[in-house]
Amino acid sequence: MSRFLAVRFLTLIAGLLLASLIIFLSLRLLPGDVAQVIGGTSASPDQVAAIRERLGLNRPLPLQYVDWLGGILTGKLGSSVVSGTPIAAEIAQKAQVTVPLTVYSLGIALLVALPLGVFAAYRRHALPSRVLSVLGVVAAAVPAVWAGLLGIVVFSTWLGWLPSQGFPRGGWEDPFRAMRALTLPALTIGLIEGAILFRFVKSATLSALGAEHVRTAMSRGHTRLGALIRHGLPGVGLSVVSMLGLQVAGLLVGAVVIEQLFSLPGLGRMLVVDVGQRDLIKVQSTLFVLTAVILILGAAVDVVHRLIDPRLRVDEQ
Amino acid sequence: MSARPDFGIFRQLVGSPRGAFAMIVLGIVAIAALVSLFWLPGDPNHSNVYDAWAPPSAAHWLGTDYSGRDIASRLIAGTRVTVLVVLGAAIVSGFIGLVLAVISGLGPRTLREPLVILIDVLIAFPTLLLAMMLAAVFGSGIPIVIVSVGIGYGVQIARVVRSELRQINAEDFILAARAAGLSRWTILRMHLLPNAAPVFTVQLSLSMGLAILAEAGLSYLGFGAPPSVPSWGLMLKDMQAYIAVHPTVVLWPGLTITLTVLAFYLLGDALRESMDPRLRFGRGSTRKQEAEHG
Repeated sequence: MSRFLAVRFLTLIAGLLLASLIIFLSLRLLPGDVAQVIGGTSASPDQVAAIRERLGLNRPLPLQYVDWLGGILTGKLGSSVVSGTPIAAEIAQKAQVTVPLTVYSLGIALLVALPLGVFAAYRRHALPSRVLSVLGVVAAAVPAVWAGLLGIVVFSTWLGWLPSQGFPRGGWEDPFRAMRALTLPALTIGLIEGAILFRFVKSATLSALGAEHVRTAMSRGHTRLGALIRHGLPGVGLSVVSMLGLQVAGLLVGAVVIEQLFSLPGLGRMLVVDVGQRDLIKVQSTLFVLTAVILILGAAVDVVHRLIDPRLRVDEQ
Repeated sequence: MSARPDFGIFRQLVGSPRGAFAMIVLGIVAIAALVSLFWLPGDPNHSNVYDAWAPPSAAHWLGTDYSGRDIASRLIAGTRVTVLVVLGAAIVSGFIGLVLAVISGLGPRTLREPLVILIDVLIAFPTLLLAMMLAAVFGSGIPIVIVSVGIGYGVQIARVVRSELRQINAEDFILAARAAGLSRWTILRMHLLPNAAPVFTVQLSLSMGLAILAEAGLSYLGFGAPPSVPSWGLMLKDMQAYIAVHPTVVLWPGLTITLTVLAFYLLGDALRESMDPRLRFGRGSTRKQEAEHG
């Protein structure tokens, strides 16, 4: 186990370094002067030189890179070129929308996918299962924006149950209002991601039903359902856990588009605005934070999977 | 063991309901894109405020939008962007996927491990973020969409094809080929690549569907097609402000995108079944690709 942990930790570090290098270099080495991009086409040479000086862009690249990495490790990400606000504080503030939205969507995706996926596999020739399977494929083909728009039309315009836009100004002071504001966005992301997860759960359950240990349990007198629950589903659960890292990546990306659609003040929307304003230093840090979260979660999921899956302990000696 | 193009596969593809549906939808899109170069029911960019929100009629098959532009013409003209993005992304992702898969799967040991880490990192780096990074430097446009989607799905293709190549490489007939004195290059060309082709084709077909979703998402965010070019993603963006008043017009671009993406998914399914019976039980990971769409 310790060997596995050490290797996984080292690959995580290597991955994080590689990600930081890719982000740093692609924003610095691509044709075009960063200071010029930030200043815009209308900036005079003096202004561009001033920007370069202020951001330390005239120093050697390796030095800039090490400085940036050091800043990330100590939590000092500098401040936005456009607004002057500290980047770290703003990321922390926007995460208060994006993180709950992602968790909420994940909850909905799991709530939809797990029971329906197991059902569709268990009674796979029944009519409801076939309908579900078709719906699963179709839902995965729906653009998230369109799904969100349809949701607004139905639940907000026609039924008037949920707010169509925005997030309460007080943030989480009124948790009920905040959750209400996140419900339609979370449903949009959760149902689409849930459709993908549904297909995964269904095929995992199907192979569990055909697995020899489950069939053996049936031959010993278990019912089909009993054998599936006692001997099949634990394995299905483990494969779902191993999928969760990627699932969260999908949810986070879904959040970028959906935050824009529902005018939610989260990380995704901030990133879209920053890219529009060519706030490159902030974009660089935000991109790295998001990628790092995905990489770290992926590693965490691997470790948890290893801990709870008895089959992976066999090759320990 | 070499797999020549086989018309049997094509016949089987059209014979299955899913394959037939996919071929019909994709055929219509391709024909619409070709026809749109010469003829359209109306000018997709011609706006006329007196004609705004006209109901469907002989002049405007699907009615008009907020500035009186013909929705049907915009949908048909939008197929050009779609076809461009799909083909561009397929070429870029296919190339990147194949090269990375071959080097990281069969290359020298010193190259393999770092490349596998690189693929893992790039897979964790969502396509949408990649596109925004490129847009931050180059500004937005269709090429940004093609390059980012190509890289984003290329690494996913690489991961799946890599494990397929390594499995095939461990088979006895490869050992036999080596024993017979064939060069590494000949074995790759004659035995490894043809046998990995089914997995590669299925992945490519999935990534083409996902490219359409990515274009819609990116154009919606303003990083894709410029406002003067009709595109399905932009149509969604244009309609957003008016859905409370005119909820029905938002149906058309969304339905078109969904049907086309669905056609690529089903084409992938049908290909999987007609080309490689071993794949029926979902070998190879397509999961990440599906998790990716915006």
